Amino acid sequence: MFIQQLVTGISVGGIYALLATGYSLIYSLLDFSNWAHGEVAMIGAYTALIMSSNLGLPFIPAAIIGIGGAAAVSYFNERVAYRRIRHNHSPNMFLMIAAMGLSTVYQQAANVIFTGKYKQYPFRLPVSTVQIGNAYLGVLDLVSLGITAIIIIWLIYLINKTQFGLNVRAIACNNYTASILGVKVDRSIAYVFFLAGGLAGVAGILYGMKYNIFPTMGNVGLKAFIASVIGGLGSVPGAIVGAIVLGIIETLVAAYVNSSLRDFFSFALLIVLLLVKPSGLFGVDVQDKA
Amino acid sequence: MSLLQIFQDINSAFTGFFGINSYVQGIVILTCINIIAVLGMSVLTGFTRLFSFGNAGFMSIGAYTAAILATRYNLNFLLAIVAGTVFSAFIAFLLGTITLRLKGDYFLITCLGFGECVRVLFNYTKGLTGGSAGFSNIPNYSPMLFVLVCTVLAFYLAWRFIHSKYGRNLTSIRENELAAEAVGINVFRFKRMSFVFSAVYAGWAGALYAGYLMYIVPASFNLGKSCELITTTVIGGLGSLTGSVMGAIIVTLLPEAFRFLANYRMLLYGIAVVLVIMLRPAGLYGYKEFSLKRLVRRIKKLFTPKSTKGGDAGKKGGLTNEASA
Repeated sequence: MFIQQLVTGISVGGIYALLATGYSLIYSLLDFSNWAHGEVAMIGAYTALIMSSNLGLPFIPAAIIGIGGAAAVSYFNERVAYRRIRHNHSPNMFLMIAAMGLSTVYQQAANVIFTGKYKQYPFRLPVSTVQIGNAYLGVLDLVSLGITAIIIIWLIYLINKTQFGLNVRAIACNNYTASILGVKVDRSIAYVFFLAGGLAGVAGILYGMKYNIFPTMGNVGLKAFIASVIGGLGSVPGAIVGAIVLGIIETLVAAYVNSSLRDFFSFALLIVLLLVKPSGLFGVDVQDKA
Repeated sequence: MSLLQIFQDINSAFTGFFGINSYVQGIVILTCINIIAVLGMSVLTGFTRLFSFGNAGFMSIGAYTAAILATRYNLNFLLAIVAGTVFSAFIAFLLGTITLRLKGDYFLITCLGFGECVRVLFNYTKGLTGGSAGFSNIPNYSPMLFVLVCTVLAFYLAWRFIHSKYGRNLTSIRENELAAEAVGINVFRFKRMSFVFSAVYAGWAGALYAGYLMYIVPASFNLGKSCELITTTVIGGLGSLTGSVMGAIIVTLLPEAFRFLANYRMLLYGIAVVLVIMLRPAGLYGYKEFSLKRLVRRIKKLFTPKSTKGGDAGKKGGLTNEASA
């Protein structure tokens, strides 16, 4: 029973991790929390839904188009809104407020276009379970866990071993110096948004398969945000660890304590953790320089 | 005859005399309540540059405290409102003491977590708050005239606060925290003061809200409400109390005016927020307060032959003439 909950927790955590890494990547570059990220995941889920239900595409192409759609929307956000605000030299919080506005826009647009109905993908993974020892593990959980693991390993490779990753790390370190040394700052930031959007799209589709597709499903982004704060804002490994910790805790609290207190526990954990470790598990404590 | 009865009689005499129907009264009350909550937010965000996504939590604390005291214990409504306000300030004091040392987004997320915790708890404690089914049978203790008086009082107090020594300390923290500390301002203490101030206003607004609707549910004080308070403050102008009042009026009245658009209202609202941030980053009023003198000067200018500079500024202003002064 416990193992079963643990695997469910890790698989939920994996979905959070896909979103949380996006938060962290963007935070490390621009120092702001992209609140529209959850809505990007929602758009990915709906795009895949349209492709499969209305156009009758099979699962894999529909999912790929969904992921592409999410990435494109994320890229669009950066090109149309965030870049302009950055170039205005406005304080960072304006980016956050713009993101809040965008998140309202997408959520309400989905509400208007698709109505608030809960929808499901026409393709279904077998609901069967695999028995390992005493535990019954859901196939969907295992599949989503596998996909998440592969993507995260690829992401870590991308950031640590490629030229693109080097550029991103340089910008995160100091955006101005990076631009002097010939890194195309704006272009790299746009790529990061594209990448983060794609990851969010994967998360949205997995989430939609596990639960349902509905306009407010972007609120899962809030959980991912918490996960990235637990891990330390701006740290990708931190975001992954934070997401998995959060997923496990949520599942265990729902299973053993009380499912209506689930969110209470995750937020209380967050507050307590921040009091003990003010910059998250893996965060760097950045002091103001005089 | 109770005090509440007298208030209601005066209110109905007043509204009857001017022929104000209950629909208009409702709108005025809601606008006033929003103004009070946004004023608190303005002091916190606009003048101290602290973000709180927990103000809906403080509103619900104020609302539930006042409602429970007034309904279950038949407390006088004035005392109930004061109790709700004080309790919310007390919680803010505790929360601020432990979280205000956190930086930027970390502080923001603890506030957000606090707001959600309050909502989940109120949903969970069914015996005391009625849970998600809501708390009903609250006496109607927010007649229009009373709420109007509250709003004027709230504005006056906020104005005095901002233009006092304390308010200037807050502004200096907003401009540069490190420099403020260097000239001897106890940054932590003043941040907490500002935080408690905003919680007082949120609690006050919440208490009035409970008295107006006579029925409250935890879900109406969710994260969306907190976001709405922040965006209203931003639309109105960060660092302008009158701007915040204008913002609150616009944000409450526009949806009423566009009621026929139904589902599209929130969509347009989101688009408006993004556009304001992109095109007029300082908000409608920026860092200026509304002044009658400037308005008169501006109107005069409109009727005199345009200089090139004036014309240019008018074009840039876009949303309002007042703005680019």
